[in-house]
Amino acid sequence: MSQTITPETVEQAVYAALKTFGVEPHQMTREATFESLEVDSLDLVELAQIVQEEFGVKLDAAHMAGLNTVGDAIDMVVGRA
Amino acid sequence: MSDAVVISGVGAVTPLGAGAQRLFDGWLAGESGIEDGLGRCADFDPVAALGVKTARRADRCTQFALVAAEEALAQAGLGADAGGYDPNRVGVILGTGIGGIDTLVRAQHVLDTGGPQRVPPLSVPLMMANAPSGSIALRHGLGGPSYSTVSACAAGAHAIGAGLRAIQAGDADAMIVGGAEAALVELSRAGFAVMDATSRLGVSRPFDARRDGFVMGEGAGVLVLERETAARGRGARVIARLSGFGATSDAHHITAPHPQGDGARRAILRALQDAGVPPEAVDYVNAHGTSTPLNDRAETLALKSSLGDRAQEIPVSSLKSSIGHLLGAAGAVEAIVTALALQAGVAPPTLNYEEPESGLDLDYVADGPRALKRNGRPLAAISNSFGFGGHNAVLCLQEAR
Repeated sequence: MSQTITPETVEQAVYAALKTFGVEPHQMTREATFESLEVDSLDLVELAQIVQEEFGVKLDAAHMAGLNTVGDAIDMVVGRA
Repeated sequence: MSDAVVISGVGAVTPLGAGAQRLFDGWLAGESGIEDGLGRCADFDPVAALGVKTARRADRCTQFALVAAEEALAQAGLGADAGGYDPNRVGVILGTGIGGIDTLVRAQHVLDTGGPQRVPPLSVPLMMANAPSGSIALRHGLGGPSYSTVSACAAGAHAIGAGLRAIQAGDADAMIVGGAEAALVELSRAGFAVMDATSRLGVSRPFDARRDGFVMGEGAGVLVLERETAARGRGARVIARLSGFGATSDAHHITAPHPQGDGARRAILRALQDAGVPPEAVDYVNAHGTSTPLNDRAETLALKSSLGDRAQEIPVSSLKSSIGHLLGAAGAVEAIVTALALQAGVAPPTLNYEEPESGLDLDYVADGPRALKRNGRPLAAISNSFGFGGHNAVLCLQEAR
């Protein structure tokens, strides 16, 4: 079952994923860049898989490649609802 | 002092715990890291040792390698700034038998149950057999030659030999070498078991008449190699000299050793020749000693035919009696304990050896550790490694003075 897409549910899911990638909770803000969090393209593909599993939103590596900040990722998922 | 290549740092993660000295001391004391027929690194906590970010980007074999490398580099004083070396002149060569097989079987399961879109994007970089080498180079910013050796249970020794050659050829000033293995997954356990290669009783007793196969283990060993003059100039402690390397192939059978140990004999003689050590000057043999019926017989014959009349007087012992067979990491942890044995002047024992077999009549150091006999020259030892595929790799080490 896919979750309902709201900015809050997506933010929660993205933060939970980043935590498994080793990002510290205090680093997690919408403004943080993936580069500053040392989250690379391989991690972003995994993030896309998690989002797809939880919300049914299909994203591929090309979608993820252009993302700069955590907020960009959340907005993109919400925008594709 | 000389232009010899020396070992200036060692690190290990083994079923006896973390630490190279811990491994040597435990073996010397007759401790066993084998439980329920497996040599597992049960206390290893990758997240505590490496942090979440690094641990999740490494298969278990690479996690072992990274932790062992940390220890070896710190001991050699290469931790912070490559010890004054140009980091682009420091390389990394680690061997593995199988590579990231835990990652591979997990990814296959995801593929089978979730389909191709779900396969984790880190699958390939984690499962590749060169990941331990690449990950150490990446973590420590080392830009010298880096690749991996894959020759089953000889891979760790081949990596050390390749590192020796890289320094001798002038390709690098220092080399981080060794081996890593984490293959205690059902697939490889079953694969070895159906071949009858592993012990049904779960007991590792090399050279004993009742031996019935090897006991699988996991872990990693890493050594730092550099020139003796440079090591001493930096104030590094020299553990032992790495004096020679011999590599041959049986060209006999895909898994069985040559029955007379002919390939092994040639590798031993080549390593000694490379080191300039005559066969009669060998003071200790760290055997491959797997506890399989075939290896231990062929290896005994190879030692007799290569070392001549003195073969029976030389202490021969197998670390696998204490921690099992670490496959691609075996040659690395065995080179480490050989270096530490020379440093201590002691031959550690072959555990569980009780019943002699006809023809297997070397001195297997059955009754506890034994002081090595000194003959007024630096002690010399060989460390044997032989792998499925017929690969033989032998290292010759000498005491540092």
